[in-house]
Amino acid sequence: MSTNSFCTYETAWCPGCGNFVILDCLKEALEQLGKDPSQVLVAAGIGQAAKTPQYIGANAFCGLHGRSLPAAVAAKIANEKLTVVVDTGDGDSYGEGGNHFLHNIRRNVDITHFVHDNQIYGLTKGQASPTSVLGLVTGVQTDGNFNEPLNPALVAIAAGAGFVARGFTGHKEQLIELMKRAINYNGYALLDILQPCVSFNKINTFGWYNKRVYELDAAYDAGDKLAAMQKSMEFGDTIPLGVLYEEPKKTFHQKNAVLKQGTPLLDRMTDPAVLDHLIESYC
Amino acid sequence: MYNLLIGGAAGQGIDTTAAVLEKLLQRSGYHVLTVRDFMSRVRGGHNFSLLRFGSEKVWSHSNRLDGIVALDDETVELHKSELKESGFILCDAKLATQDARAIKIDMDKMAKELGNPRVSGSIAVGTLLRLFGEPLQNVREVLALFVKEQYIDINVKAVEEGYALSEPRHEHLQGGATSQMLISGSKAVALGAVAAGLRVYSAYPMSPSTAVLEAVADCADEAGVVVEQAEDEIAAINMAIGASYAGARAMTGTSGGGFSLMVEALGLSGIAEIPLVVIDVQRPGPATGLPTRTEQSDLKFVISASQGEFPRMVIALRDHEDAFYQTMRAFDLAEKYQIPVILLSDQYLGDATATVPRFDASKIKVSQPATSYDGEGEYLRYRYTESGVSPRLVPGKTGHVVVIDSDEHDESGHITESAEVRVKMADKRMRKLEGLRAELQEPEFAGPQQFETLLVGFGSTKGPLFEAVELLNEKQPGGFAALCFGDVYPLPQKTLVELAGKAKRLINVEQNATGQLAGLIREETGIVFDASILKYDGRQISGEEIADRIWKGELK
Repeated sequence: MSTNSFCTYETAWCPGCGNFVILDCLKEALEQLGKDPSQVLVAAGIGQAAKTPQYIGANAFCGLHGRSLPAAVAAKIANEKLTVVVDTGDGDSYGEGGNHFLHNIRRNVDITHFVHDNQIYGLTKGQASPTSVLGLVTGVQTDGNFNEPLNPALVAIAAGAGFVARGFTGHKEQLIELMKRAINYNGYALLDILQPCVSFNKINTFGWYNKRVYELDAAYDAGDKLAAMQKSMEFGDTIPLGVLYEEPKKTFHQKNAVLKQGTPLLDRMTDPAVLDHLIESYC
Repeated sequence: MYNLLIGGAAGQGIDTTAAVLEKLLQRSGYHVLTVRDFMSRVRGGHNFSLLRFGSEKVWSHSNRLDGIVALDDETVELHKSELKESGFILCDAKLATQDARAIKIDMDKMAKELGNPRVSGSIAVGTLLRLFGEPLQNVREVLALFVKEQYIDINVKAVEEGYALSEPRHEHLQGGATSQMLISGSKAVALGAVAAGLRVYSAYPMSPSTAVLEAVADCADEAGVVVEQAEDEIAAINMAIGASYAGARAMTGTSGGGFSLMVEALGLSGIAEIPLVVIDVQRPGPATGLPTRTEQSDLKFVISASQGEFPRMVIALRDHEDAFYQTMRAFDLAEKYQIPVILLSDQYLGDATATVPRFDASKIKVSQPATSYDGEGEYLRYRYTESGVSPRLVPGKTGHVVVIDSDEHDESGHITESAEVRVKMADKRMRKLEGLRAELQEPEFAGPQQFETLLVGFGSTKGPLFEAVELLNEKQPGGFAALCFGDVYPLPQKTLVELAGKAKRLINVEQNATGQLAGLIREETGIVFDASILKYDGRQISGEEIADRIWKGELK
């Protein structure tokens, strides 16, 4: 049986979790873009957010904790026709997968990276994540988190990402639009999505976010890198939502000598004449 | 057969001199083996290449030297004890050595007079050819492979001047081998992968595996391969797995340290049943160990690496032909059984160049993933089957979705914690071993049908083992035979059990300190070895050394 639309599955999430909104928005964005589930790959590592690919009815790659980016970019390298979305959590993306986060920005493969950023580790039951605020008390950070929170948007812009945005599960319509823009962006696109964790994060609650966020308006110039870095540092009493930075950049596929020829890699065969020539070169 | 050592400091041009010489000898129809012994540094120190050539197949290197080409005094001091009485030391006039066997030539001065101090190596090549009675042939063609066009003339002239400086003093051998390639083990692995349809090679540079990465990169654009230098070995293997899942044949390569980082993802390939080929070009460990040297101490590690249980295949590469054909076969087995296949190479084999009959890719057929699903009912990536192998579709190529999971999963690929499904799925995966076992290749045997002592090894000790058997039987006919494993895990047992039953004495020969193969054999078959020859100083054992150790009773 072929799959014709994005399905609904029973989830393992807590009632009230922001993951539900993100899952709904992701399905909606893909539907609105007219994507066929058999041509979409949703990849994730491990974590509560990382269960998203299980619940969507598209191709799914549920890999190792922290390692979804390298697997996902390679899948896109193998088959450029796939729409590849990495949809996973802040620990998976910025903690265990931090090195891959930095280097896949450099690589700029045309994939989309949606990060469920609830500033806490959910599946392991409430330890600090790389984006946890100072002072957060957990079963591990018993004296309160004293390590500086990472600012993913700022890091991404600094590292050279061509599309960096921030969304919030409380602004669903905007979130769907941001997801669509990110998917349509040609290159690596980061969408950091603020969401509450109803079970473990008692600081960054829905209300906490809701009273701080505001949507960037048309006057904001997402093409100005320095201004974007400054804007992305605004994370306190006010938090801007929207596309913080966007710049057209050459993708991995446009730069790689083999891929830029246009034939999807998986459809290529080793030319026997080439092999013969290579063998001959050792004779 | 003749044995030559070319030695000096890193950066003095040892590699190029050896490469030009071995290529000339190959073109003249000789069998050649050149092994490379070098330090983990870019300049200075002491490096050397051991070049052996002759009319018959060269099984192993030899340290009984007919000639030394010394680019510095240290080379003379370190190796003159290995030089035969009839041997020579070819060196520049400026070297201090007073050894009676020295042939001092003012190479550096001549090179300067020719107009380029860097052509002194070519002068040495010319002199060497003359010493062994070789005619001057193919010189221009061969030099053109190694030097830029504007430098060919001056190098040809340098070879001719060097040639004119000496007289033949070693008996001229006959070449006669035709249609031979001259290739390193690591380059043969790269060619095998390309022949098997490699599309993605992702790796992080690590000696001595970088040679594979560079060899694939060298032909990537021409062959249609995407080579990506990953940010670390974890990314490298996860990229290979992601590419393979999406339908592009993929491979990664590393040495033991990098393999340690890859271990979790090896299990991902196992549980998600995604074909994967990994080469571990071994070097001595633990941790950083001896980066540029050789060892076979990762065997027990790779057969058990990663948590949990899943089927895998480990193939030890024995020689340059294995490097090509077994790499192709690794891709076939990985696809056919949807498992990780690990190739075990080492620095000795990887960096050594040898003459081999021209590779013929048509000898190995490589399986493909299914292109359609025509089974009954819904497509299930992990359908329970008798063989344990489920239909593998490539995402995006059909209307079906392909769901894979590193969690335990049901037939559709979705996460489960059901005890019943867990057991059925684990059994399904392990059933693949039955098919795999039926495909195992028995170890290679050398020696007479009746023998007393059986030497057993795996991988790159094949050449030394086989030469040792010849040397040992010259003195004691009918005394010795050898068995060398290529497929090493699962362990093929038929030949081993049969021959071990006939042998009066069993000796394992391994490049490690603990006798890992003997341990594996004992675990799998109950066969216990009587003695061991173990070498773990980072240098490959030679056929002569094995024979000497046996005569001297230097066994453990």
